Amino acid sequence: MGTDSMPAPQGIEAGLDQTSVVSRPGTYLEVIHGWIVTVDHKRLGILYICYALVFLLVAGSEALLIRIQLFYPHNNFVSPFTFNRLFTMHGTTMVFLVGMPILFGFGNYLVPLMIGARDMAFPRLNAFSFWISAFAGLLLYYSFIGGVGLYGTGSAPDVAWFAYAPLTEKAFSPGHSTDYWAVSILANGIGSIGTAINILATVFCMRCKGMTLSRIPLLPWLYATVSFLVLVAVSPLTAAQAMLLIDRYLGGHFFDTQMGGSAILWAHFFWIFGHPEVYVLVLPAFAFANEIIPVFSRKAIFGYPAMVAASVGIGFISLGVWAHHMFTIGMTSFGNAFFTLSTMLVSIPTGIKTFNWLATLWGGKIRFATPMLFSIAFLFQWVIAGLTGIMLSVSAWNWQLHNSYFVVAHFHYVLVGAIVFMIFAAIYYWYPKMTGRMLDERLGKWHFWLMVIGFHLTFDVMHFPGLLGMPRQIFTYEPDRGWTLLNQIVSVGGFIQGIAVLILAYNLVHSYFRGKEAGPDPWDAWTLEWSTSSPPPAYNFVVDPVVASRRPLWDLKHPEDPDSAFE
Amino acid sequence: MKTRAILFRRSITAAAQLLVCACAKAAPSSTSIFSNKSTPAHQLNDLSMFVLAITGLIYVGVSSLLVYAIVKFRARKGDTTEPPQVFGSMQIELSWTIIPILIIVVLFLATARVLFSVQDAQKPASALDVIVVGHQFWWEFRYPQYNVVTANELHVPVSSKQAPRPTFMKLTSADVMHSFWVPQLDGKTDLLPNRVNEMWIDPQQTGMFEGQCAQFCGPEHAKMLLRVYVDTPEQFKEWIAGQQRTQAELTAVPGGLQPGANETAPNAGNRGGAGQALVSKVPPNSPTTQGNVAELGESQEISARTGQYVFEHEACISCHTVAGTVATGRYGPDLTHLMSRETIASGAATNTKENLLGWVGDPNQIKPGSLMPAMHLSDGQNQQITAYLLTLK
Repeated sequence: MGTDSMPAPQGIEAGLDQTSVVSRPGTYLEVIHGWIVTVDHKRLGILYICYALVFLLVAGSEALLIRIQLFYPHNNFVSPFTFNRLFTMHGTTMVFLVGMPILFGFGNYLVPLMIGARDMAFPRLNAFSFWISAFAGLLLYYSFIGGVGLYGTGSAPDVAWFAYAPLTEKAFSPGHSTDYWAVSILANGIGSIGTAINILATVFCMRCKGMTLSRIPLLPWLYATVSFLVLVAVSPLTAAQAMLLIDRYLGGHFFDTQMGGSAILWAHFFWIFGHPEVYVLVLPAFAFANEIIPVFSRKAIFGYPAMVAASVGIGFISLGVWAHHMFTIGMTSFGNAFFTLSTMLVSIPTGIKTFNWLATLWGGKIRFATPMLFSIAFLFQWVIAGLTGIMLSVSAWNWQLHNSYFVVAHFHYVLVGAIVFMIFAAIYYWYPKMTGRMLDERLGKWHFWLMVIGFHLTFDVMHFPGLLGMPRQIFTYEPDRGWTLLNQIVSVGGFIQGIAVLILAYNLVHSYFRGKEAGPDPWDAWTLEWSTSSPPPAYNFVVDPVVASRRPLWDLKHPEDPDSAFE
Repeated sequence: MKTRAILFRRSITAAAQLLVCACAKAAPSSTSIFSNKSTPAHQLNDLSMFVLAITGLIYVGVSSLLVYAIVKFRARKGDTTEPPQVFGSMQIELSWTIIPILIIVVLFLATARVLFSVQDAQKPASALDVIVVGHQFWWEFRYPQYNVVTANELHVPVSSKQAPRPTFMKLTSADVMHSFWVPQLDGKTDLLPNRVNEMWIDPQQTGMFEGQCAQFCGPEHAKMLLRVYVDTPEQFKEWIAGQQRTQAELTAVPGGLQPGANETAPNAGNRGGAGQALVSKVPPNSPTTQGNVAELGESQEISARTGQYVFEHEACISCHTVAGTVATGRYGPDLTHLMSRETIASGAATNTKENLLGWVGDPNQIKPGSLMPAMHLSDGQNQQITAYLLTLK
């Protein structure tokens, strides 16, 4: 290839392959077969994303059923048994079958492209990870049919998404619904660990020439952090599921309090997974923001080294905060104090990130395309989510707030206000790369504004019933507590968000056939994925790219003022 | 300098308080965490106001900067040039690392002060002891100092600065995890099987305070409601005295299986020992020896007498205790003074004759998922049992 002797910009230019791939269109059967046996990171990424979007609709519908039930006090829309299944499945699905797969999907698609690689380090492991995750999702939903089991009780899991012991033991959860939950999470965990190993290996071993550690774009950096967290945090969860299954089938007593087991043990196992998990979900959202905000502000990210350090810092600190979910469980005052402090410490790196985004906007020329609109909403919402997080870390106040609707509002602010909003931003931003066509901007604006209105009606208002004493996971409530009107507003907002998501679904399908041609670089962006055609060929780059800075395409477009001159 | 800091702290706290009060006025609630009536809840509330004020200031600051940046630095029409590229600044990065660290130190110290003072409070000699046992889906309250057991409605004396009488609770669970939460009195404390947790309250105002289970515990988690009655010292004394009487003292029902020797024992059924003595004396299944009893089984008469017979000859007594009778079950709520309570089924229904009848007939009508089974008795028998329950004052 001879790129060794060439200066970097020419190397990139050589890598610009903008001819679309023309091949014989196969029969339907061949196309489907191609998708099933594929080991291409881009196709697997798209499979992950589609799979997650389907479950997003499913779990979203479950949320709406929950909101109908809570519209009136003493409502009988669903039975308590059904309600408990609904919120258990809503939570489990959103975390394990929507959040993780969609983020892994984007990681799969983008990480190799952004570091100039032709595929992931282990393409077959990649395919295996996806298919075992897909199996786990289908297994979980098969519980609606198969969960009735030998004892004739229960269908879908109904023990809440954190499944506190000993409610999950045979004595309190007969039938097989809890078994479906445990096996499904276990299988999903294997897939997650596979993908995490793969991303780590890819980021650290597959980078193109010239991409030193300090030139890796922030998205791969954050995905490496996430993968590290997955490796450390998902393993205890998998272990806990194995222990639970031993209790249920082999007569173990890990969590069986009737035989001297410990309920707190489960809580520790679950949250030592569960809290890093929050960062597993939110760091990719940060990663999207790190790519989108600079491009639409037309400025380089402010404080790249601080951003990397903060992300890795969040990764480490987040491993030491799990017991802030357990301030009411009866830890000593010193234990409570320790986890108060460690939790508050997280706000330092997250604060650094927030201020760096603000500084990136500062002095830019901000373009308000749909991806940027979602990113801006994310910034405001993330600040609120972080501040309510600080309130919850105040352990003494947490005794009041814990397990109330305030907590529900807080973590939905993180999961929807930050993560889902950034996922939508990412969909609008990278859809042109994945399909070669732009998403409709007009529909995008409708989607955005309905989503913002619905989100704030639902989740701003949801804090208040919590402050007025409403616990989470209750299928109905008393009329005299002053929660009724608040719950009705929350429900209305939920339906507005539902409409917004349907508009997105329509836009995704409509634009695939009718959308404007995107071209290789519709946003005038700077990272390597925009240097190849849209959609990229199976081999990504005709010539292995060579980079000389963090923004290789900036260097190419501005030879008079290249970043490489400042590094 | 120090007074200034205190002044600043007081003023921002007061501002937050004002805001929250306005919100609370708009939506009055008997379970608001901001209308507190007990020292721990007060301390938590003061801390929360301080934290709200600081986080509120941060939010106003950061979001105004964001709004300013978005408006000021929006791209103008027709301008296709790129803005100057800035890559970072060490000084600025340092400032927004160090300032948050200082804020966190303040927040942590404020938290630690309240945390240790509430959690590690010393128990005074005048304290009332209560043992709280969580069950799917109801509350058991035991008063070891008075040998009293009741369910779902906790009575405690009012406490004042002059005559402090705090209530110290030990909490545990008989089955799965629960959480005790009466927002106006204190934050929540979980109830775990195989473990004893502690919390305390010192309500300074009489009245009834509501709350409910705050840890998901199964199908009827939502209807595991909770009431705390704060009585004047006299009322409380009277209430305790009422609860200490056995039903044997209140109603000597001929034909009821009377535990001859235990008639004077206070609340005898609450003690395992006494209860066992009772059972060994009169096994529930043994034929009765009193002449008029055999007829009671067939009697259609709806009275407390026939009701007690049915109650004691059906499965009721395997789960329920009525002190002073053969009913010594401990799986369900103690019914000795059922009619002294305002609600049944852990607050799911008011304690009226109709609700009792409906509950005895089919608990799932009122509370689907409740662990009390429908006994499939005849309507007549249900009415007889209800008539009996109505006498348990």
